[in-house]
Amino acid sequence: MPAKIVVQNLTKTFASDSGGLRVLDGISFTVDDGEVLAIVGPSGCGKSTLLNIVAGFERCDEGSVIIDGTKLARPSSNGILISQHGSVFPWLTVQQNLMFGLNGHAPNDKESLADRYAAMVGLKGFEASYPHELSGGMLKRAELARALVVKPEILYMDEPFAALDALMNLRMRTELLRILAKERHTVVMVTHDVEEATHIADRILVLSPRPTRIQATFEVSLRHPRILTGPEVQELRTAILRELGVDSFSA
Amino acid sequence: MTTMRRLKQALPSLTVIAVLIGAWWTVVIATGSVIFPTPWQVVNGVGELMRDGTLWQHIAASLFRVGSGFALAALIAIPLGLWMGWTRGAFQTLNPLIQMLRPISPIAWIPIAILWFGVGNASPIYLIFISSVFPMVVQTIAGVHTIERRYLWAAANFGVSRYTLFRRVVIPAVLPQIIVGMRIGLGVAWLVVVAAEMIALRSGLGYLIIDSRNAGNRYDLVIAGMVMIGLIGLMLDGLMRLLERLKSVRWRYAR
Repeated sequence: MPAKIVVQNLTKTFASDSGGLRVLDGISFTVDDGEVLAIVGPSGCGKSTLLNIVAGFERCDEGSVIIDGTKLARPSSNGILISQHGSVFPWLTVQQNLMFGLNGHAPNDKESLADRYAAMVGLKGFEASYPHELSGGMLKRAELARALVVKPEILYMDEPFAALDALMNLRMRTELLRILAKERHTVVMVTHDVEEATHIADRILVLSPRPTRIQATFEVSLRHPRILTGPEVQELRTAILRELGVDSFSA
Repeated sequence: MTTMRRLKQALPSLTVIAVLIGAWWTVVIATGSVIFPTPWQVVNGVGELMRDGTLWQHIAASLFRVGSGFALAALIAIPLGLWMGWTRGAFQTLNPLIQMLRPISPIAWIPIAILWFGVGNASPIYLIFISSVFPMVVQTIAGVHTIERRYLWAAANFGVSRYTLFRRVVIPAVLPQIIVGMRIGLGVAWLVVVAAEMIALRSGLGYLIIDSRNAGNRYDLVIAGMVMIGLIGLMLDGLMRLLERLKSVRWRYAR
């Protein structure tokens, strides 16, 4: 079965005062249909740039992104990006946000779909609320629901839960896993949080510092629900941290 | 409870005003000025204008001119600012012209206003228009230019048309800054009403001020006119600020 996403030899250089700053240096990987791929790397290595290119929002200097056999030219509603800083429209209610991307539906269908997905992420009763009336965790749920309601095949997640406190982060991960078990999506997620990656991903790519290359790949064959304090997850976490140059954790 | 809280909130600014009025009164009495009025003489002057009915005529005339000039400016500035902010070509073509016209004082436009529109309501309306249109254009352009990329990307991600993107993302995202531009524009409109009504008109608070000075140094009425402009300006700004309470705009304000 051919890969859902094929990323070939991506190269990206940003202009800087001291000449070009090469960020991505020949990145290649594939993502299978229904797979959850996590990309971890040190801060500033270009994780978000890589994800933005794969989602079609930024252009690369060289290389290509192929989705379902077609070269990606621009973003599409087939692959929704959940951004690091959140992009729920603050001037729309939760329901209006969820209805935003529902083109080609009758107004009544839009409302019922939006309400169903709001309920699915635990926002029942908050459909008429504006984003500034919600907590950080609720905002993330709204953003997730807005992405899911258009039934995308791919979710691109850029540090999706980084701004949340540890407890809410864990809850949101569990929520995401519950949804992924029910609705099939291919997920490409970048994160600096190794625990998050080991909790969710089927495969983990570790990026090197700039110029960024793929330094290591970890297949995660552990079944869900994973015991985060269990020896397998801890072993995996230690191995990834070692790749990232954080040996003290394993000492 | 709410009234008490409002009074408590207003207390510091009311105290500042009371102190200034007290200082004004003291200085006038201490210097024994026969021309410059005390606050009480100003109050009497306002009473005199209210009794003979001219105050309401002046206020109505000024409100009509400020309202017309400002409304015309808003009607042109907001769509123009949105267009210039959104379309690079429009910005590059028109921005130099806007920046050239913007610093010209409304007073410099008086001879041209008389030449074009003659002596009547049209000239002061034009002056008020020309002075309040630019702050609104500039503020709206800045609003469009500073829309956060994440919102534009999110909209593009859902595959909406350019028209929908403009209508459902750009305009609501810029609305808080449009309101700021309108508040600045309205303030400037009141600022120039005195100069605008100097153009041989026989009504308006600006005319009241000039006429009171020319016809016998009635500085109590001069200051009465100034106070009325200030109070009406404050009330109109308060009305404009009600727009900030809209839930679809509230997100932009921390408090």
